[in-house]
Amino acid sequence: MEKVLVVDAHKCTGCRLCEQVCSVMHEGSVNPHRARLKIMKWEIEGEVLPMVCRQCDDPPCRDICPMGAIDKNDDTGLVQVDYDKCIGCRMCVSACPFGAMDYDVVGKKVMKCDLCGGDPQCVAFCDPAAIRFENKAKDSSNARRAAAEAARAVQSEKDR
Amino acid sequence: MSLSRKIAFVDLTTGKIETKPISKELRRKFLGGRGLDMYLLYKHTKPGVDPLGPDNVALISAGLLVGTLASASSRTHVGGKSPLTGYVGSANVGGFFGPEMRLAGFDHLVIRGKAEKPVYLYLHDDEIEIRDAEHLWGTDTRDVQDLIRQELADDDIQSLCIGQAGENLVKYACIRTSIKNAAGRTGIGAIWGSKNLKAVAAKGMRDIGIAQPKEALAYNKEIINQVTSAKVSKTMQKLGTPFIWGVTNSTGLVRTRNFQLNQLVNADDIEPESIEEDLVGTAGCFACQVHCRGKYFIKEGPYKGTYDEGPEYTSQGAFGAEVGCTSKNTVLVCNHLVNYYGMDNLETGSMISWAMELFEKGILTLEDTGGLDLTWGNDETVIELVHKIAKREGIGDILADSPLEAAARIGKDSERYLVHVKGMSNLHSDERPTPALALNIAVSSRGSDHLRGRPAIDLYHLPEKVLRQIYSNPIPYDGPLTSDYRDYEGKPWQVMWQEHLYSTVDCLGICKYHTVFLGPNMPAYEEWANLIRLNTGLELTPEEIYRAGERGYTLERLFNIREGMTREDDKLVDRYHDEPTPLGLPVVRGRFIDRDKFKIMVDEYYAHHEWDENGVPTREKLEALSLNTLDKSGSEPSNLV
Ligand code: SF4
Ligand code: SF4
Ligand code: SF4
Repeated sequence: MEKVLVVDAHKCTGCRLCEQVCSVMHEGSVNPHRARLKIMKWEIEGEVLPMVCRQCDDPPCRDICPMGAIDKNDDTGLVQVDYDKCIGCRMCVSACPFGAMDYDVVGKKVMKCDLCGGDPQCVAFCDPAAIRFENKAKDSSNARRAAAEAARAVQSEKDR
Repeated sequence: MSLSRKIAFVDLTTGKIETKPISKELRRKFLGGRGLDMYLLYKHTKPGVDPLGPDNVALISAGLLVGTLASASSRTHVGGKSPLTGYVGSANVGGFFGPEMRLAGFDHLVIRGKAEKPVYLYLHDDEIEIRDAEHLWGTDTRDVQDLIRQELADDDIQSLCIGQAGENLVKYACIRTSIKNAAGRTGIGAIWGSKNLKAVAAKGMRDIGIAQPKEALAYNKEIINQVTSAKVSKTMQKLGTPFIWGVTNSTGLVRTRNFQLNQLVNADDIEPESIEEDLVGTAGCFACQVHCRGKYFIKEGPYKGTYDEGPEYTSQGAFGAEVGCTSKNTVLVCNHLVNYYGMDNLETGSMISWAMELFEKGILTLEDTGGLDLTWGNDETVIELVHKIAKREGIGDILADSPLEAAARIGKDSERYLVHVKGMSNLHSDERPTPALALNIAVSSRGSDHLRGRPAIDLYHLPEKVLRQIYSNPIPYDGPLTSDYRDYEGKPWQVMWQEHLYSTVDCLGICKYHTVFLGPNMPAYEEWANLIRLNTGLELTPEEIYRAGERGYTLERLFNIREGMTREDDKLVDRYHDEPTPLGLPVVRGRFIDRDKFKIMVDEYYAHHEWDENGVPTREKLEALSLNTLDKSGSEPSNLV
């Protein structure tokens, strides 16, 4: 079953530990601006939203690549870049609707989430579990359960 | 490598900027952050320098481990000679600025001179730009950060800034970053205001190299687990620091109505559980899993719908107990306002409560207050005074000065009602029943201050065996230690030990809540030695790290002595000795600090530090810390002392 990063923005504290460990995992040094995910913030309104690669079913980053360097793995669902083929033209960066494909100005290469080879470090370190590694169906079932619970509370309030 | 970061010297008068590397030797001696700041403060100011004159320095620094894999490696330090006390000015702040400053290539900034017009600094790619800030002058601490991000078209920029309070030279104006983080104490914001420095912004792309990335990642996970598995962390994750109130107020350890009572009654509204009802979540500083900051929206009144973060325990005291208010809304609104204007919540609340006592005693009248009714518990007045202080309007102009200056302006015995040490107001905790905590605030290097040496775990009644494990590490100690917080025995050692611990933590740039502050099983020297090795490659023993913290602390003492401090200043106001606690549980009721025993504690405390009976570090101690040898190169602290 394909597993992906599932985000629960309400639990996110905005600490950016995920960015930190992501950069260490991939680059061996701390540089949140080279992380494969990004915590977006609206400070004055108190809102945060972790932005991660969706590992799209029909990835625009792959489709636009003139070199056929991006490919989606049938088993794991991982969308990955083959750096031997990549020419660094950044077409994929402009095509990704989420900004999840990014250009690393230090390493001079495009970069995206590779799910840390199956053990995502952002997930391993996020104590509030705002990012989880779950099978795709979980995304909706979590939301469904939360919504259903809210509705049920109202329902049982009425029934009483 | 992370150790390649530089010190930048910025002269705002001439616009000249110079950078220098930080030698390994200085690293080993002072680590970074607060300790190295003290070295720079000593070296780059002349005795008697005017805190608000161009020759004072505004210091900014990131600790040795900032940005690295070391649980909550977020902390920045700011400093200078304090306009509040005239002694060491130094304050610590979390958020995200420190890591960003390192990414931009800098560890320390020494800013001197005075810009002709308002400016801000922009740190990026090993460069510093001095930019015009005339259009930013007058903005609050939230807008200014937003405007800088817009102007430089970069979401990633992190800024330290002052608000209107710093511009107006409120003597306890603070430095702020993000929504809620404040380098609160000793009035560094006024130093920035005096230099026409509105903000320091940073964005950097330089990697912070990790010596052993794989091992550091795994070890960081262990440390985070150690921190988050502590009971106190779980409580903090939910309630933040307001949880402390639940214990201290019900016991009777909260100074109320300035210093008249030690418990706020009928205060259910500001109990932690009540505050929790208003929280919509919690926020964390960089790489922190304790995330102690509540997120809330104000629910009523003219600020309805405004978002802010906190409140801290300090705000419950400052805008609750001290001023006799029992309304959550007042606490949340005032918390917002001090954040907005950029001033220390603790000092603000203390000045207001002092004014209220003066009003009660008839020393201040309606005529002095411009018609404001300063009766205890008057919510509107308290909120109005926060505005007036920030703007220096009416009576607010007097209250915006330091406690001792304000007392001099008002005269008429008003000084008698100040609750301060060395000219800085006390936290709202009432230390009369707790000699260890009383000693801590009396001797602290930056005036009354719980974050310089409070042995908070002394309140936990820990068994002597546990205390011994904690307090004889890494330096052996076999003197007395007692579980009773009302005791005087052994407390001086605990205070000194905590002073060195916090000094070390501030040199490393990690958050105190991830160390032996509120939880006895938190990381300390052993763990830090590992973190330093894995992250920076520096090999330091736990004892060497301890000594580095001690060195920084000793230098603070030396700075204060240079600026005129004597043993006379290591004291509590008379009320601690003369007015026994009227309220609280039987264990804390009727307590006061015994004068003779207090004197013995101070003597013991000096002896533990190896300072003489006047509190001056001995020749031998200075030699042992290599703070004495004369070195002509000027790169050694020796030439300072
Ligand atoms: S580690 Fe978790 S809580 Fe922290 S910013 Fe990332 S997703 Fe949010
Ligand atoms: S990089 Fe963007 S487009 Fe490509 S798979 Fe990820 S989210 Fe989809
Ligand atoms: S415990 Fe609180 S203050 Fe410390 S780093 Fe975490 S969020 Fe910041």
